[in-house]
Amino acid sequence: MTTRRTFLVVGLAGGATLAATCWLRRTRERDSVPDMAAPLGALDADTPAIVAAIAAVMLDGALPADRHAAVTETVAGVARAVSGLAPIAQQELGELFSLLAFPPTRVALAGLMTPWADASDEAVAAFLERWRTSRWMLLRSAYDALHQLIFAAWYGNPRAWASIAYPGPPALAQ
Amino acid sequence: MIDGSLLDHDLTLEADVVIVGTGAGGGVAAETLSEAGLSVIMVEEGPLRTAREFHMSEAEAYPDLYQESAARKTKDKAINILQGRCVGGGTTVNWTTSFRTPPATLAYWARALRLDGFAVEDLAPWFARMETRLSVGPWDMAPNANNEALARGAAAIGVPTGTIRRSVKGCVNLGYCGMGCPIDAKQSMVVTTISAALGRGATLVTRARAQAFVRDGDRVRALNCAGMDTRGVRPTARRIVLRARTFICAAGGIGTPGLLLRSNVPDPYGLLGRRTFLHPAVVSAALMPEEVAGYFGAPQTIYSDHFVDTMPVDGPIAFKLEVPPLHPVLAAITLPSHGEPHARWMRHLPNLQVVIALLRDGFHPASPGGTVTLSRDGTPVLDYPLTPYIWEGVRRAFRAMAEIQFAAGAIRVMPVHGNGTGYREWSSARKAIDEFTFAPLVTPVVSAHVMGGCPLGADPRHAVANTEGRHHHLANLYVFDASLFPTSLGANPQLSIFAIVARLSAGLAATLLPGAGTARAP
Repeated sequence: MTTRRTFLVVGLAGGATLAATCWLRRTRERDSVPDMAAPLGALDADTPAIVAAIAAVMLDGALPADRHAAVTETVAGVARAVSGLAPIAQQELGELFSLLAFPPTRVALAGLMTPWADASDEAVAAFLERWRTSRWMLLRSAYDALHQLIFAAWYGNPRAWASIAYPGPPALAQ
Repeated sequence: MIDGSLLDHDLTLEADVVIVGTGAGGGVAAETLSEAGLSVIMVEEGPLRTAREFHMSEAEAYPDLYQESAARKTKDKAINILQGRCVGGGTTVNWTTSFRTPPATLAYWARALRLDGFAVEDLAPWFARMETRLSVGPWDMAPNANNEALARGAAAIGVPTGTIRRSVKGCVNLGYCGMGCPIDAKQSMVVTTISAALGRGATLVTRARAQAFVRDGDRVRALNCAGMDTRGVRPTARRIVLRARTFICAAGGIGTPGLLLRSNVPDPYGLLGRRTFLHPAVVSAALMPEEVAGYFGAPQTIYSDHFVDTMPVDGPIAFKLEVPPLHPVLAAITLPSHGEPHARWMRHLPNLQVVIALLRDGFHPASPGGTVTLSRDGTPVLDYPLTPYIWEGVRRAFRAMAEIQFAAGAIRVMPVHGNGTGYREWSSARKAIDEFTFAPLVTPVVSAHVMGGCPLGADPRHAVANTEGRHHHLANLYVFDASLFPTSLGANPQLSIFAIVARLSAGLAATLLPGAGTARAP
C-alpha cells in the first residue's frame, strides 16, 4: 500500500516537475537572463517570495521586532547557501521551488490555494505541518531541506543571537 | 603551492608520488614519503585555510570547509554527513577526539575477517609514534558543563565514563574546533605533516578535483584533475594532469570509492563502494536548570563505552556516547519542527545539554552499511538504508541518553525524533521512547565518520586493497584512508587513520626507495 502510494506521489511529482520545468523554461525565455551577481542570483525569480513566506512561519517566535528585515536577510542567506551547494543539490532545490511556484502543483502538493505572497501564515503553517508529517519520504525530505536552509540562514546571522542569549565567539587577543 | 581556481592555463606536473586528498590519510602519507626523499604532489578539492582565516563563524566555515556546505546527504536524504573539504580535510574541522582503534574491533577483524597483522600489539608502535607527532594526550582542563553533565548523569546511574584524549598543543579551551582552530592549537595536518612535506619541497595543488586515473594495463599512468571555481561548486575549464610512479587515494570514505568508480578500475567481485559505514548517530537534547554554554570549551572530553563494552561485538548494535558542541546553526538545524516549539528550545540555548549516540555499524550480517555510486554528473553519492537492526539500537540509545540526562538533573529531555516532544520525567520519556515509530526523515540521523568502501584484506574476493594498502588489481595504486576499514571502528576514526596510514606509507616508502628492487615506470 505504502509502496503503491509512494509510487503514485513520485509519479505525480515527476510529471509535475516536467510540467513545471517546461513552464519555467517559457517564463525564463520571456524574462531577461538572471543576473548571477545579484544577491539572490542562485534563486529563480519566483523563489524569494516562497522562501520569505515559509521563513516567516518557520521562524515564528524567533524573529525580532523588525520581522521584515530579518526575513529579507534570511532569504538572502538561503540564496547564498544554495549557490554553495553541489550542482545536483542546486538542481533538486530548483525543482522543489518550481513545484511550489507552479500553481497546479502548488495547490496539489502544497495545498496552498493562493500565491505565496498572498498566503496566510495559517495556510503556510498547515503546508509545513503536512510535509513534515507526510507518509511520503520525498515530501519529508523537502521539508527537511527547507528546515535546514532557513534555520541555518537565520541562526548563522549575528542578528539572531540576542534572542537566544548566545554571546558570539570570544574575542581573541592578537 | 598551486591554487587550481586561479589557473589561467592547463598544467602537467610530475613527481614520484601523487596523493589525492590531504586529510588524516593524505597528510600522514605526504610527510612519510617526503621524509623518505620522494617527490610528492598533493591534490585537494577544497581551499587552503589557516588560523587567521578562521573566525569562529558557522556561516563562514560550513560552506568553505565542509563537503557540500556541511549538508552532504545520503541518497534518500535521511542522514546528514559532516565531512571536511579543505586542506587538512577532517583534521582541520574535527573536534580533536583521539581514540586508538578499540581492541574488540581489531579482534573482530582478525577473527571474523581473517585480517593478519592488525592486532593491538602490531599497531601499538604506530599509535605511539603518531600520538607523539600530533601531541595526542590527556586533557587537563575541566570538561565544559555539556561534557560534565554526561559524566555526572552516567555516574548517578552506575554507567562508567572516561576522559577523551585530544590532539592539541597550547589549546585555550575556546570550543570552536569545528570551524577551524583560530590559534593553531589543534594539530591538524595543515600545521603538522603537510607543513613538513611542503618544507621538503612537496607540491600542493588546491581547489582541484581529481576526476579519473588514466591506466595502461595494471598500472596507473596519470591522474586527470579539473580546477574548481573559488567556491568549490563547479569545475572550471582548466585541466591539470598529474604523472607519477605511484598514486595514493586518500580522498576519504565516499571520495575514494567515487574516484575509483569514475576511473573504472577493475572490480571483479563488485566490492568497490560497498560496505561503507557511518557510525549513524542520534541526538538527545535536555534542558538543564543551570547554564551549560555548550558553545564554549573543548567540544568532546567525556565519553562512555558502557553500551559498547556490554555488547558482544557481533550482537545487537552497540553505541558510544559523546556530546557535540552547541553552536546556534548546528543546534537549530538539529532541533526538530519549527515555529514556536523550535524557537522555545533555541531561546534556552545557554541551558541546552546534548548527548549523541554513535552506533557501531558493520559487525553483523544485518548491518552491511551503504553503497557508494555515481550521480549523473559523476559525483559520488552514498545509499545507506536505515534498517530495523539500526532502529532497534536507536531505541536503546534514546533510552540510555534520556536516563542519563534526567540523572544529571535535566528538567526536560527531548529525544530528537518526530515533532520533538519534551518530557519532564524519566518514566514518561521511557514510555514514549518505547512507543516511537522510527523512520527515515522522522528520526534525524547524522554522521561525522565515513569509513569503508575499499576494505583491506589479503583475499581479493573480499577486499579492494591488500594488507599493504595496494589495490589488488593495480600495481601502483594505493588506498591510504578511512575507506580501507572493513567495518566501522566504534570510535572516532582520526587516530586510527593516522596510525594505520603511518605504517602503510612507511612500507610503501621502503619499496619505492632506490635499491628496493621495485621497477621504475619507464
